[in-house]
Amino acid sequence: MSKILKVQNLSKTYRSGEHDLNVLNNVSFDVDKGQSFAIVGPSGSGKTTLLGLCAGLDTTDDGEIWLCGESLSGLDEDGRAVLRNQNVGFVFQDFQLLPTLTALENVIVPLELRGVKNASDHGRELLEKVGLLNRAEHYPSQLSGGEQQRVALARAFSNKPSILFADEPTGNLDDDTGARIEELLFELNKEQGTALVIVTHDLELAKKTDKSIRLRSGKIEETIG
Amino acid sequence: MGKNNAGFLWLLKMALRDGKASYGKLLLFVFSITLGVAAVVSVHSFSRLLKENIALQSKSLLGADYVIESDRPVNDKVQGIMDSLGGSDAKEINFLSMAAFPGNNGTKLMEVRGVEGGFPFYGDLETNPSSAKTSFKAGGALVDATTMLQLNLKKGDSIKLGAVTLPIAGALENVPGSTSVFGAIAPPVLIPFQFIETTGLVQTGSRIEYKYYFKADEGQDMALLNEKVEPVLDAEDADLDTHLSEARRLGRRYENFGKFLNLVGFIALLLGCVGIASGMGIYVQMKVKSIAVLKCLGASKKQSYLIFFVQIACMGIVGGLLGTIIGYGLQQLFPVLLGDLIPVEVDIALSLQSIVLGLSLGLAMSVLFALYPLMKTLYVSPLQALRVVQETQTRSKRATLLVGFGIISFVFGFSYWLLDDLLRSFFFVVGLLVVFLILTAVARLFMALLKRFFPYSWGFVPRQSLKNLFRPQNQTLVLVLSIGIGTFLISTLYFTKDMLLEKAAIEDSANSANMILMDIQSQQVEDVSNTIEASGMPVIDKISIVTMRVETLNGKHVEDIRKDTTSQVGRWILNHEFRVTYRDSLIGSEKVIEGKWVNNFNSDMDIPISVSSDFANMAKVTIGDPVSFNVQGRIMNTVVQSIREVDWSRLQPNFSVVFPSGVLESAPQFSVMTLRTPNDDSSAKLQQKLVSDFPNVSILDLKRILELLEDILAKIGWIINFMAFFSIFVGVAVLMGAIYSSKHQRVKQGALLRTLGAKTFQILKMIAIEYTILGFLGAFMGVVLAVLGSTLLAWMLFDTTFVPSVIPFAIILPAITFLVFALGVGNSVGIVRNSPLAVLKKEKE
Repeated sequence: MSKILKVQNLSKTYRSGEHDLNVLNNVSFDVDKGQSFAIVGPSGSGKTTLLGLCAGLDTTDDGEIWLCGESLSGLDEDGRAVLRNQNVGFVFQDFQLLPTLTALENVIVPLELRGVKNASDHGRELLEKVGLLNRAEHYPSQLSGGEQQRVALARAFSNKPSILFADEPTGNLDDDTGARIEELLFELNKEQGTALVIVTHDLELAKKTDKSIRLRSGKIEETIG
Repeated sequence: MGKNNAGFLWLLKMALRDGKASYGKLLLFVFSITLGVAAVVSVHSFSRLLKENIALQSKSLLGADYVIESDRPVNDKVQGIMDSLGGSDAKEINFLSMAAFPGNNGTKLMEVRGVEGGFPFYGDLETNPSSAKTSFKAGGALVDATTMLQLNLKKGDSIKLGAVTLPIAGALENVPGSTSVFGAIAPPVLIPFQFIETTGLVQTGSRIEYKYYFKADEGQDMALLNEKVEPVLDAEDADLDTHLSEARRLGRRYENFGKFLNLVGFIALLLGCVGIASGMGIYVQMKVKSIAVLKCLGASKKQSYLIFFVQIACMGIVGGLLGTIIGYGLQQLFPVLLGDLIPVEVDIALSLQSIVLGLSLGLAMSVLFALYPLMKTLYVSPLQALRVVQETQTRSKRATLLVGFGIISFVFGFSYWLLDDLLRSFFFVVGLLVVFLILTAVARLFMALLKRFFPYSWGFVPRQSLKNLFRPQNQTLVLVLSIGIGTFLISTLYFTKDMLLEKAAIEDSANSANMILMDIQSQQVEDVSNTIEASGMPVIDKISIVTMRVETLNGKHVEDIRKDTTSQVGRWILNHEFRVTYRDSLIGSEKVIEGKWVNNFNSDMDIPISVSSDFANMAKVTIGDPVSFNVQGRIMNTVVQSIREVDWSRLQPNFSVVFPSGVLESAPQFSVMTLRTPNDDSSAKLQQKLVSDFPNVSILDLKRILELLEDILAKIGWIINFMAFFSIFVGVAVLMGAIYSSKHQRVKQGALLRTLGAKTFQILKMIAIEYTILGFLGAFMGVVLAVLGSTLLAWMLFDTTFVPSVIPFAIILPAITFLVFALGVGNSVGIVRNSPLAVLKKEKE
């Protein structure tokens, strides 16, 4: 099976005040196409940093990351942005919808960035899929947390990504709403063959993925699956 | 890796979508630009229209196509030139004289104009009744309409001018060639030319002007005529005025004032831009998460930057357009505010040039000033969408310098466009930079000192207020800047007006004169003096005046100097008939700056004279240089012995050339006397007596002139204050923008404080203290800078010691502090209106 994400000997250090903080230390793993993958670990173990680096949101200090066959170290910030736009979807813990855009406008931003024609029609289809077509013209502040995350899901899948990164996608939701979002996430993952990389505290959620790693103090403590 | 495919249309769409939701904040930015653009457009457009209207109405202002004028009867050569031009179509003699109105014992200094022929050929002689404009030619007088009202005169009453008494044919409402400002001191009276001689007022010492009006043939080139005839006339002490040169002269007079007002408007615009820069900084800060998310979704740095750039550009265009429309409305007020200070009726119209100016100013200024805060979008890491990231990248120094250079270049370029003078534009930009830098330094120093010496022992409320002044995203710098500059402008204008009036004011002491009598013939001096003293008033000064012209300068005859094209000697020196006095001492309005003052002289050698610095500059003479004068046919050789600096703005007789005692006593001369009248009543009685006994003597009532000066300054001051208040309005817009921009943060802070037990009153008190301190600091610095600026002006321009009036400290400072306090508190009421739960719940969502 070909690899959609390959991480090799990754290290990252941040400067915190006077001290250097080693957040990731020699981390290596890979994710296959269409595979679901979880990164678990306690707070401060480096999960979110790892996710950000894998998605090309920051640069590595050491090691190499290949995303969709491209080495991230060979791309500048804009190059990584284009790569994300064409291949990557995102779901954030706090939804991160653009507050000044309506639900529909939020969903179609990735499509518009790709220059897709009739982006609105496609956006409506996606909103229908997450059950929010009737809320298309609402602003994020007019939606509940669960609704916002469903819009975020529709946005994440709008550009038919090869890989989707989700940072604690149910962390800010109650159990019932969280369960519905999980369901939707895996359903879309299967339907579109998108690889899924989830950062989570929730071990039950991690169990549902094909493969997972447990981080502690910036190192992989355990690989499951 | 390729690029994403979103083009400009997408950027525009995103800018609009985002703008729609941030409508309120953006509107306040637009408001700042709008006011600034309105100020510039209104002044610029009005100045241009005034100039155009003067040019259009130049013939009506002059009453003819061109005029040849001289201050003595024309000689054969000038007559020859006039004949070669086809002879004059009308002529006029005019001079100042006292007019008496026997019907009601009134007297008034008037400009007597004896006209003949078809004058005016353009424009209208507006009279009441309108038939009077022709009927007066049969032997009547047209008297200035305001004077008729003031002295309660009516048609048929008599006016006595010297030896002639004429019936008043009607009221003169408008006549080409008489300006309303001068007309307020000496209003015009028109009489038929043939009566001038019989008035007996054309005597030695009288300032008489001979004018010959011409109607040109269709298509006659005025510039060519001027070029051909002017040098010849110049040599004969005559002048050619075409309607074009008249328009240029008048235009120039209003141009400087217009330029000054333009700069005031431009400062208001700059203030708005400072507000935009600061507001944009806060705006971008609030958008950091959105920018990070956009970057996560694949937007490039350039795209996320351009979304906000497009927004700013649109705001600039909208602000520019609205500003142009408001500016058009404001223009309508100018003729009302300036009243009769403007010489022509101005048709207010919205021109394409004004629209282009407004739009381009709005666009250029808002974009230029937003570039720096917008740069932050380039350095937002997409990682911010996941977690808080400490900013590591700072703005590129090169880009920062480029933006700074762009702003300074644009401000300089625009000032140069307004002023058309490199040096003045340079000083304007440097002055502005200095004020900006001082205010910035004071604001920063204040914050640093507050942090360093923070009063930890103070109560909770004042401590929180003071902390707000230096917390992140504080408004201290931008508010101190905008309030400071606005107050600085208003206070400087106030101080300058004060200085001008102070300079002109007559000292209210028993020894200072408040009336000047002119054109007293030698044989009348004794009698006039007796008449004054008999009325119980002392004569303060008797000044003898001898008229003379310059004959040679440094041994070179004026004729030769005129012919010498390389000579830099001013025409005024060569052509002017100087009124010269002699005395043995200096007077209060002058001081010797070079050479030595000579009291008396009694020798056959060259006479040691004293000249004013202006005379020395224009005549290119210095100490020891020989100058000879033609005193009614007799040549007198003199040598420059001292150079005086003369304060011409004092309302008292001052002289360019002063002879020592012992030389001119026997020359043909006339006198000027100064005296002090205790009140209006005795002044009127004395004037009546003098006019009836000595009709050729002109009386200048300094009190009246001072009143007039105050009136003019008040009108000009009104419009300047009006423009300066624009800076304050813009400051208010900036203040409201700043409050609005940080409202979100303040609402949250207020809700948290209330949750922790703070009372509504305490929060409002906190805000009140904060804005009072900001208002006071800004306004105080503004007044202090105005004192420094005015002291500099007094020293460099007015040559006087400046004693600041208390008004800016006692009224402007507290008023502006209160305004800032009221606006700050008024706009912050919303912070405490919502329940803490509602705010925090919304925050959580």
